[in-house]
Amino acid sequence: MAGKPWGAHLRQVRPPEPAVPPQVRVAPGGAGVQTQGVKHGLNPFCEIALEEAVRLREGGKASEVIAVSLGTKASQETLRTALAVGADRAVLAEVTEGAAPGPLEVASALAALARRLQPQLVLLGKQAIDDDCNQTAQLLAAMLDWPQGTFISRLELESGAVRVQREVDGGLETLRLRLPAVLSADLRLNEPRYATLPNIMKAKKKPLEVIPASDLGVSGGPSRLKVLQVQEPPARAGGEKVENVETLVEKLRQSGRI
Amino acid sequence: MVRAPGPRCPRRPRAPPRRSPAAPCRATPGARWCARRTAPGTWWASSPGAAAPATPGRPACTPASPSSATGSTPSWRPTEACNKRCHPLSAVSLSPWRDGRERGPSLSPDFVEALRAVVGAPNVSTATAVREQHGHDESMHPCAPPDVVVWPQAVGQVQELAALCHRCRVPMVPFGTGTGLEGGVNAVQGGVCFDLSRMDAIAELSLEDFSVTVEPGVTRKALNKHLRGTGLWFPVDPGADASLCGMAATGASGTNAVRYGTMRPNVLNLRVVLPDGRLLHTAGPRRQPRKRAAGYDLTSLFVGSEGTLGFLTQATLRLHPLPEATAVTVASFPSVGAAVACTVQVLQAAVPVARIEFLDEVMADACGRFSQMELPAAATLLLELHGSRRSLAEQQQQMEEIVQQNSGSSLAWAEGLDEREQLWSMRHNAWYAALALRPGCQGYSTDVCVPISRLPDVVVETKQDLQASGLTGPMVGHVGDGNFHCILVFNSQDPDEAQRIHAFTQRLGRRALAAGGTCTGEHGVGLGKRALLQEELGQEGLDTLRSIKAALDPHNLMNPGKVL
Repeated sequence: MAGKPWGAHLRQVRPPEPAVPPQVRVAPGGAGVQTQGVKHGLNPFCEIALEEAVRLREGGKASEVIAVSLGTKASQETLRTALAVGADRAVLAEVTEGAAPGPLEVASALAALARRLQPQLVLLGKQAIDDDCNQTAQLLAAMLDWPQGTFISRLELESGAVRVQREVDGGLETLRLRLPAVLSADLRLNEPRYATLPNIMKAKKKPLEVIPASDLGVSGGPSRLKVLQVQEPPARAGGEKVENVETLVEKLRQSGRI
Repeated sequence: MVRAPGPRCPRRPRAPPRRSPAAPCRATPGARWCARRTAPGTWWASSPGAAAPATPGRPACTPASPSSATGSTPSWRPTEACNKRCHPLSAVSLSPWRDGRERGPSLSPDFVEALRAVVGAPNVSTATAVREQHGHDESMHPCAPPDVVVWPQAVGQVQELAALCHRCRVPMVPFGTGTGLEGGVNAVQGGVCFDLSRMDAIAELSLEDFSVTVEPGVTRKALNKHLRGTGLWFPVDPGADASLCGMAATGASGTNAVRYGTMRPNVLNLRVVLPDGRLLHTAGPRRQPRKRAAGYDLTSLFVGSEGTLGFLTQATLRLHPLPEATAVTVASFPSVGAAVACTVQVLQAAVPVARIEFLDEVMADACGRFSQMELPAAATLLLELHGSRRSLAEQQQQMEEIVQQNSGSSLAWAEGLDEREQLWSMRHNAWYAALALRPGCQGYSTDVCVPISRLPDVVVETKQDLQASGLTGPMVGHVGDGNFHCILVFNSQDPDEAQRIHAFTQRLGRRALAAGGTCTGEHGVGLGKRALLQEELGQEGLDTLRSIKAALDPHNLMNPGKVL
């Protein structure tokens, strides 16, 4: 990695997230949602970040794309998908089954891997669609003391720096960050490609390294965040038609709305 | 011979009036029954439509005992009294489905209660808004709402409901997404609408066998999203995000048919609930061989049956590998004839083109303006090539030569995903772009398919006919299959224009039939093309269809009024 002009682009791939199912059910006990039997897949924002990294490499601006994840053995399948989309190699920081790492644990693992792999640019999805935390990129940048560009919708590499356009509440903000930097991808950055069968076949031969999380000096969980309660929104009550405006006002008054 | 129905039939407590002498009866000689009137909206609209007064003390037509919700046939048997009440000969005329009876009164509360007992009260609705929503699709046939809408959650419930309706001789109408274009879900004889969208499991995905099994609630975009990351896709893509089982029921096709085929070759097996509640696997349970020669091809029989032979509750589909590389281009031609001739040459040169779509100059202009893209107002072809990187380069070169020979414009190729999506969404919005030409008007899409060799003549003649009739009808087509649509935009309040539209579509259908084609390439027969079906198949063909229908659905309960 040292000596190459652009170095490696480290891509973070979240552990397989439950793809949003049509019916999300609260788990018994109310401490989370049911994840059994729900299809898990690559986080959509991480897909966008991966696509951007692969495009940078295809455009000749980067030399290597490494896909990285912190998770259980099941995450290997997700990393193979990342390899099929176009990453050159993958690294899994493995934790035991049942560990539930939160953003802090993920950021610690990524920081340890970044020190080991020495990339010039780290691209993450802005948030995971199961917990919507939106914290990992920011924590990682703080741990590494690197500049951060979050919610990016456009990316341009310049010599020794990267120019990004961020989607913020007030509009669009353009920043220029010195490399190495941490970026988190937002929806409009690009449209991710589909992995094709020949690439899936080739991905089986690409290197996938598994490192136990403890070797990196990271605990890997459990998270310091505790979910106290999850509950479904109240069921929609039936409506009612009234005959005239007077009755309407009366009903509103009765229910305390006015 | 007319026998008054038993006093306890929940469907028809009194005999509806006989066809009045004033109404024309086009009995064909030798036929046992009258040819039915095909004008939509005349039947139920003229009936009183009011609910029949409930006869007190009338026992319900309900199953003797509830059956389990598994896939087994119901265990109850109709009682003797119920048999008498619901005997088929208690119908008004000899042929239960070919009579001209007007729409009967709504169903009895006991019957609706029996439906609730099967699927649960939240999954049965008689609300007017819900019924009207289920009484029409995207066509211009007037809304014909069913009497009640049910949402079964499992195939066992579909079977029970079907058996119940069969026993009480209540019409049944399957409903997927309601995005059809021929009035296939309009309940012209009322009855029960089975909204199957809550059955939405994707099961048995096999990456080695390239097959997947889906239920009616799964739409084509949902399936392709599910397959993301597997390297496979399902290529049949009609304009709407339709239910896959609905697409199987109408024999749908899309822009990729020229290379990947329509629904018919891509359905390997179907799980059908027959009108009496029995369960049928058309290729045998849990089988999906790529080819088979075992017995009559039942799968192909049910594909395109438009809900008139049974409910398609599960389909096993053939998947295809995603192409490694894709390239799209747009070519403009000086005339419609040149564009269509170019298509014919591309196919004869055996270029394995994936999509080849035609827009005439009116459509190209409309699409360009609607999608804010620079598209010259000339006959245009949108072409897409699939393949590996090397084969793609070869195909591109061949294509450029052929287009140049036909005086087409020079080609610029779009290979990035964003550009390709932009071009194809411009084409997929053709319907809205056409409607935007005359805001406030309605649209009607014709659908004919002719042999490729006759395509240039038919398209040019149709264009002349459009101009002579003074109609707004931009043309768009999957010319690779010889299939094209005229999107007729007209003011439905203007009877003269509606008349000209009707005459034009009849002429177009007959022109296609005369050229050795079909009156409907992908939309289906539905309500409006039954007369043309007769001309297309001839008497023997139609009689054979009727025999099959009579064998599987002797009481004409499955989606009556469609196809035949």
